[in-house]
Amino acid sequence: MFKGDFIKNLPKIYGTYTGGFLVFIILMAIAEQAGVSAKNIGVMFVAFTVCIYALIGYLSRTINVDAYYVAGRQVPTVFNGMATAADWMSGASFVALAGGVYFGGYTYMAFLVGWTGGYVLVATLMAPYLRKFGCYTVPDFIGTRYGGNLVRACSVFVLFIASFTYVTAQINATGTIASRALGIPFEAGVWVGLVSILICSMLGGMRAVTWTQVAQYIVLIIAYLIPVFWISSNVGGGIFPHLMLGDEVARLGELEQQFGLVKNSAADMKAAGVPGGLKYISGSHSGVPEGGMAVWKYLSLAICMMVGTASLPHILMRYFTTPSVRAARKSVAWSLFFIFLLYSSAPMLATLSKLALMDPNLPTGIIGKSISEVQSIEWVQRWSEVKQVFIADFNGDGILQLNEWFMRGDVVVLATPEVAGLPFVISGLVFAGGMAAAMSTADGLVLAISNALSHDIYYKIIDPKADTAKRLLVARVLLVIIGAAGAYIASFRLTSILGSVAWAFDFAMSGLFFPLVLGVWWKRATRQGAIAGIIAGIVSGTLYLTWVFPKFSVPMWGGVNTPFLGIDHLRFGLIGAPICLVVMVVVSLMTKEPSPSVQKMVDDTRIPTGKPILGKQ
Amino acid sequence: MSNKDAYWEKTKNHMFVTLALWAFFSLVVFMFGSELNTMSFLGYPLAYYMTAQGSLLAFVIILFWTANKQEKIDEEHGFSERGDN
Repeated sequence: MFKGDFIKNLPKIYGTYTGGFLVFIILMAIAEQAGVSAKNIGVMFVAFTVCIYALIGYLSRTINVDAYYVAGRQVPTVFNGMATAADWMSGASFVALAGGVYFGGYTYMAFLVGWTGGYVLVATLMAPYLRKFGCYTVPDFIGTRYGGNLVRACSVFVLFIASFTYVTAQINATGTIASRALGIPFEAGVWVGLVSILICSMLGGMRAVTWTQVAQYIVLIIAYLIPVFWISSNVGGGIFPHLMLGDEVARLGELEQQFGLVKNSAADMKAAGVPGGLKYISGSHSGVPEGGMAVWKYLSLAICMMVGTASLPHILMRYFTTPSVRAARKSVAWSLFFIFLLYSSAPMLATLSKLALMDPNLPTGIIGKSISEVQSIEWVQRWSEVKQVFIADFNGDGILQLNEWFMRGDVVVLATPEVAGLPFVISGLVFAGGMAAAMSTADGLVLAISNALSHDIYYKIIDPKADTAKRLLVARVLLVIIGAAGAYIASFRLTSILGSVAWAFDFAMSGLFFPLVLGVWWKRATRQGAIAGIIAGIVSGTLYLTWVFPKFSVPMWGGVNTPFLGIDHLRFGLIGAPICLVVMVVVSLMTKEPSPSVQKMVDDTRIPTGKPILGKQ
Repeated sequence: MSNKDAYWEKTKNHMFVTLALWAFFSLVVFMFGSELNTMSFLGYPLAYYMTAQGSLLAFVIILFWTANKQEKIDEEHGFSERGDN
């Protein structure tokens, strides 16, 4: 069917795949009409897509080091863009982002700006130069540029902390989705998720992860956009919501006035027995909060997420796979384009979902109706059973007020299709999309960690004479161990999905951002400077996190502390990164400047043509 | 000044221009959030539009523009990889 080179046939292969997936959706729709139960449709969606990923993972198996670590450096620009977008958009982006906008409004959307703006930093400061360098991993760059095992080990340590906090959240998300779609307990869902993740990455490393991520991107974007457009036309938002929801946003402002934005006291919520993790609307949807502190809160969150984006190894290493420096630059642009398609839709979904629930003129509206009536609605019953929605009649008038309706953020994405009266086949599709998003990010992260450990710690430091077979064996064993450790921790549900995702950005920016940037842009940066900077950044950032986050500060510091300048636990990178910069510059200037050969290496890194610094390793 | 130095000088300036545009759309715009929200675009309050869609779109455009511009700088100085894609 496909003649010639695999790379040349990619558009055809993925075109066929997309067509096949659409046909599958139609078949499922027919099955639903024919009376197949909603539960079975959900199972088939998740099982079918996961089997496809596993098949791609198996077909991409390899025994070549270059293919295992950097997909043979032959991934075309646009496909690398899709793979990066899938790598980037996690279970949290897919499932929780719209929910975050739903509850947080304008203030929360600092995350949107942060998680996209960071790519400008990636493209201008990092990606093309790291590609030219020819490294296999991010610590590989730091270890070679600054020279020495200690600096290499320090950067592996930061990578490990940042990526591992992130990966537990992702495995947690695969577990949640697998358990809901397949109807199995959460703990079992986590292990099902882990096995799927490992099948995709173990045999083929980066090559397998790349081609499964492209497939996962296609599923997740279809699964996100179809419901948004469909819901929009169902609730009267127009066929192209992104350009047409101005009136709806204004209407939400009116409804907020009408119902009133009331803050519940913690005591009231406790007395009513509101389950943990459920939220209610207490802030304005499009209004900008007044005051300098509010502006600073917005900007500081955006800065942390942007700088963190540019320091996360699992993203940077995607640009090691392009054929050229120029392709790496273009690929960053394509990545952001594919990310934009989903991120710009999340606020639209939040707007539509909020309006569907709040507007008394719509048949789906529930706020302002009698509580007994609302409790008899089918989807309310179903989601109440699993403690995802909750009603507390604080004023005892029997009417549902805005502040009496509690919901988990995820419900916005997972239940809005049902609420807006879409067939169940769409909900099944959404499950498949969420699974794709969580799996693709978990794959990239697990691979980033195990590659750094196997290449930088095992091969470069412990056993530089290891042959190819042994190196790849170690890489695969580590992959399984890291995945299992992540799943083990995730099965305890230690953190909420979003808290820990933001932390990964702060850890990465505290310890990696300046060593990476200065490694290219400042020839005077020395080994001692880098070591001191990484250690100072990650230690100060982590200490500040323990000081500001109540769960840590009470046992460690004996009490709850007020954040310094509004820098709370989501923003602790703002402490770590500047300290890293100052220490790195001061120590670099105090030590002897790098040798001429290192300076020449930096010069060569800056120019797109010519041999890479590190050839085949 | 050698060709390499001239190339790096231009690349550096280009980096600063790109980062200035980036800072405008990611930071400056949102310093004036409440003022901008009194204006409207496509029927949306402007600051809401920027954070939901406008700045995101601006970043995409900046990235394609900056990659093309950098390729031109590469070519001018004979460091272009055209052809080995």
